[in-house]
Amino acid sequence: MNINATLIGQAIWFALFIWITMKFVWPPLQKAMADRQIQIADGLAAAERGKHEQELAAKRSADALREAKEKSSELVAQAEKRAQQIVEDAKGTAKVEADKIVVGAKAEIDQEVERAKQQLRERVAELAVAGAEKILRKEINASAHADMLVALKQDL
Amino acid sequence: MSAEGGTTGYIQHHLTNLAVCADGAKVDGVCTGFWTFHLDTLLVSGLLGLVVFGFMALMASKATAGVPSGGQNFVEMVVGLVDQQVRDTFHGKSALVTPLAITIFVWVFVMNAMDLIPVDFLPTALQAATGNHDLPFKFVPTTDPNLTFAMSLTVFFISIFMGLKVKGFGHFMHEVFAVPFGLKLAPVNLLFRIVEEIARPISLSLRLFGNMYAGEMVFILIALIGIYQLPLALPWALFHILIITLQAFVFMMLTIVYMSMAAESH
Repeated sequence: MNINATLIGQAIWFALFIWITMKFVWPPLQKAMADRQIQIADGLAAAERGKHEQELAAKRSADALREAKEKSSELVAQAEKRAQQIVEDAKGTAKVEADKIVVGAKAEIDQEVERAKQQLRERVAELAVAGAEKILRKEINASAHADMLVALKQDL
Repeated sequence: MSAEGGTTGYIQHHLTNLAVCADGAKVDGVCTGFWTFHLDTLLVSGLLGLVVFGFMALMASKATAGVPSGGQNFVEMVVGLVDQQVRDTFHGKSALVTPLAITIFVWVFVMNAMDLIPVDFLPTALQAATGNHDLPFKFVPTTDPNLTFAMSLTVFFISIFMGLKVKGFGHFMHEVFAVPFGLKLAPVNLLFRIVEEIARPISLSLRLFGNMYAGEMVFILIALIGIYQLPLALPWALFHILIITLQAFVFMMLTIVYMSMAAESH
């Protein structure tokens, strides 16, 4: 074990390497590591935020879905009601129309009957007169007995 | 087994540094004076340091806060491990302590790791390359006390400097003379302080040196077995991985502790 000038050389090497580490190795690495730490912390925070956001969105979408369901069932119920009403209305209208038609038809029938009666009446008078003419020939004058014929006509 | 002289010569050869000095300082062709340089220690430690710290600086220069590349991730992992130790132990504010700890851990680790290369592998290759079959070359720089002392002394001076800077000269001197027994026993306090301060770099460097030197020695002894060394060398190498990491960690950890003791009031 002999101590000699190698000691000085080694001290110089040592000092050089300390300087290199101090100047070129440690500061950039320290900075990179610190920056990465910040990035990771930010990333984690962002992930947490995203998760929260997603939870909120899920909640919102569930709400929207429920609302839509409610609305749609309401709409369906309304539509059903409306359809029923339309059917009812149609039924009512049809009945009214039918009644009208029936009434019209009845009136027409009555009119026809009346007209037939009228015609019959006319014809009866003629027939009666014709018959009477055949029976009576000369004795009976149509114009002389008009009053009687009219009275007869009225009785029919 | 390249050197002549049998077992002792082999071991001796493996424990000799490649030394250079002025011709006038040589005694029987061996450098003895202070102005001797261990070329192997200087070269291996320097090249290893340039490679690993160059790599780390390259990775750091390309570092992004986004998804890290494999290399960046690895460097960040090592640096993060050291930084965690610094945070746990050193509570002051200093731009120096973490880089110092990173440098020590990484550098000592790679230098210790040279021990895992079989003992004859690189020296033999180098001897074949240079044609000099007696060329001594120690490939584990941490088995050279010059290196460990250089590191521990640097740490020692940095800790003194840090104590002066953080506490100020007055407070520092007060601590030297008044702790732990109060001003009345100032000489005793000073003596205690000196012993403490001297013991630190010595224990720090000798711990690393002793562990690596002993480990290297066991590898050399195992290598003496010859062709059947693998069943022994492998378990020892596996066990040595633990020592390599542990010694690098201990050196780093104690440095952080010394820095924190220097920066904090007792």
